[in-house]
Amino acid sequence: MSKLSVVIVDDHAMFRTGVRAEIQDDVDVLADAEDVDTAVAAIEEHRPDVVLLDVHMPGGGGTEVIRRVHKRLPETKFLALSVSDAAEDVIGVIRVGARGYVTKNISGAELLDAIGRVAAGDAVFSPRLAGFVLDAFAGTIEVAQIDEDLDRLTAREREVMRLIARGYAYKEVAKELFISIKTVETHVSSVLRKLQLSSRHELTRWANDRRLI
Amino acid sequence: MVGGVAAGLAEHLGIPVLYVRIGFVVATWFNGAGFIAYALMWRFLPLASPELAPGLEAASRSGHRTASSETLRSADVIQTVAMLAVGGGVLWLLQVWGLGVGWALLAPLLVALGGMALIWRQFDDATWSRWMFQNTGFGSVARMALGALMVAIAGLYFLTQERGWTGIADIVSALGVAIVGIVLILGPWIYKLTTELSAERRERLRTQERADVAAHLHDSVLQTLALLQKNAADPATVATLARRQERELRDWLYGDESDRGDTLVAELKANAAEVEADHRIAVEVISVGDAILNSGLRAAAKAAREAMVNAAKHAGTSRIDVYVEVGAESADIFVRDRGSGFDLAAIGEDRMGVRGSIIERVERHGGTATIKSAPGEGTEVRIAVPVANRDSSERESRS
Repeated sequence: MSKLSVVIVDDHAMFRTGVRAEIQDDVDVLADAEDVDTAVAAIEEHRPDVVLLDVHMPGGGGTEVIRRVHKRLPETKFLALSVSDAAEDVIGVIRVGARGYVTKNISGAELLDAIGRVAAGDAVFSPRLAGFVLDAFAGTIEVAQIDEDLDRLTAREREVMRLIARGYAYKEVAKELFISIKTVETHVSSVLRKLQLSSRHELTRWANDRRLI
Repeated sequence: MVGGVAAGLAEHLGIPVLYVRIGFVVATWFNGAGFIAYALMWRFLPLASPELAPGLEAASRSGHRTASSETLRSADVIQTVAMLAVGGGVLWLLQVWGLGVGWALLAPLLVALGGMALIWRQFDDATWSRWMFQNTGFGSVARMALGALMVAIAGLYFLTQERGWTGIADIVSALGVAIVGIVLILGPWIYKLTTELSAERRERLRTQERADVAAHLHDSVLQTLALLQKNAADPATVATLARRQERELRDWLYGDESDRGDTLVAELKANAAEVEADHRIAVEVISVGDAILNSGLRAAAKAAREAMVNAAKHAGTSRIDVYVEVGAESADIFVRDRGSGFDLAAIGEDRMGVRGSIIERVERHGGTATIKSAPGEGTEVRIAVPVANRDSSERESRS
C-alpha cells in the first residue's frame, strides 16, 4: 500500500515541525501552511489525502479553509487538530466537513492511526469530541422541530459515544458491546453525519448556554 | 427577522417565536401599535452579546476563527413573509370596511414612522448616542423640540376631534403619538440610567478580574519555565510541570464560567489536577452536564478521587480517563485506566481502600459503586449517585 499524503496546516511553526518529525516516516508530508490562504493554495496544488487542520489560525480559522476547498476537492479529508477546547469551534469545524477531531497532545502513533482512519472515510472521535456530541444532543427540544432521523442519537449510538467518552478505543467499544469494529465505525460515521446535517437548534446555540442540570 | 426583536423577546419570555410574531402582527391592526412597538424595541432593547472566554475573544478579534454565523432558515423566512402578508391583508381589509383608522391619519402616520425608522437606522451608534443622550447643546434642544411638538400635535388633534364612539380609534392613535413624544423626551435618561450604568460597572469589574488572572498566569508561566529548565534532565517532572501549566492556561483561555464554583465537574477537575500533580500521571476529565454539589455528589467526587489515586498507584499506566455524566436522575462517574488490572476475587473483602473509601462511601448516600477489572485489561470504577434537589440548585446557580 502506498503511503498516505498529508498537508499540515497550523500557524505555529514549532508545532508543524514537531508533527512533521513525528509522522514523516509513515506518511508523505507534502507541504505545510500557516494561514488560510496558503493552506488553500497548498491543498489545491498538492491534493493530499488528508489535511491536518488547526482550528484557530489567521484568516478565519480551519472552518474557512474547509469552506473554500471542500466543495471542489471532495476527496480530500480533513482532521481537526487543536489545543482549543471550545466546543462551538470544534463542532463548527466538524459541521463544515472535517471527519474528526483530536487534541494536540495526542501521541504520534495515535495520530497516525487517526490519519489512516480519516483517509479510509471513517470518523475519528476523541473522548472530548464524544463528550461534546453527547452534550449537544442532550436535553429536550420542541417536538415539532424534531427531524427524527437527524436530530436524535439512537440508543446504540449514544452507548458508543459514551464508551468513547469514557476513554475506550474503537476495538474496546466493540468488545464491550459484543459487536464488530466495523459496526462501531458505522455507528460513529452515522453520528458524524447527524452532527453535520442536523438543523438542531441546540447545535448552533448550545455552546453559549451550557445547561447545568 | 428584520431586527431580531421577536426572536429576542421569545427567548426572554421563554415562548415560541411564532407567538411573538403573531402578537406583533395582530397588534398592528390596532392603529399600527405593533409596528410602533417593534420599532421602539428594535432601537431601545439592549443587544444580547454572548460573553466568550478570553482566548476565544482574542481569536475572534484577530480573525483566527470564523464566528458562528446565524443562517436564516428557509422555513423561517417563509413563515415571516406569510405572516406579513396575512397581517397586511387584514389591515387592508379593515381599512376597506372602514373599521380601522381613516386613511387620512394612517397614511401620514406610516410615512412618519417609516421616516423615523430610516433616520434611526442610519445613525451609527456613536452618533446616535451623541444625539440622544446629550443633555445640552443643539441635539438635545432639537430632540426636546421634536418631542414637544409631537405631544402638542397629539394634544391639539385630541381637542379638535369630535367626541363619540367612532372617534375612539382616532383618540387612541393620538395618544400613541403623544406617548412617542414623551418617550423621545424622557426615554433616553431612563434607558441610560438602567442599562449603561450596570453594564459599565460589570465591565469594569470583569476587566479588573481578568487583569488579575492574567498577571497571576504570566507569573506562573515564568515560574514553570524556570522549573522546566532546572529539571530538564528529569522527563517525568518536566511532563508533570508542563501538564499542570497547560491545564491552568487552558482553563483560563477556553474554560466555561461553569467550570468554576461549587459544581461536581469543577470538583472532579480539581481532584484530577491534584492526583496529576501528586502521582505524575495524566488525568483527562470529560463531562456532560453538571450539577451543584450536595452531600451525595461530594461523596461521589471523593470516591472518584480515591479511584484515581488507586489507578495512579497500582495500575502502572500513564493515563486515566474520567468521564462524568449528569442526567435528570443520577450522576455517573467512570474512572478508567488501561493498566495492569487485578483479579477482583483475589482481593480480600475487607480491603479498606476499595470497600471503605469507594463503595461504602457512595452507598451511604444512596448510590452504587461497581468495579470492573481483570488482569491485563485495566480497571474501571463506576460510581452512580442520585441527583437530589435538582430544581432548586439549578435555579440558584443561574441567578
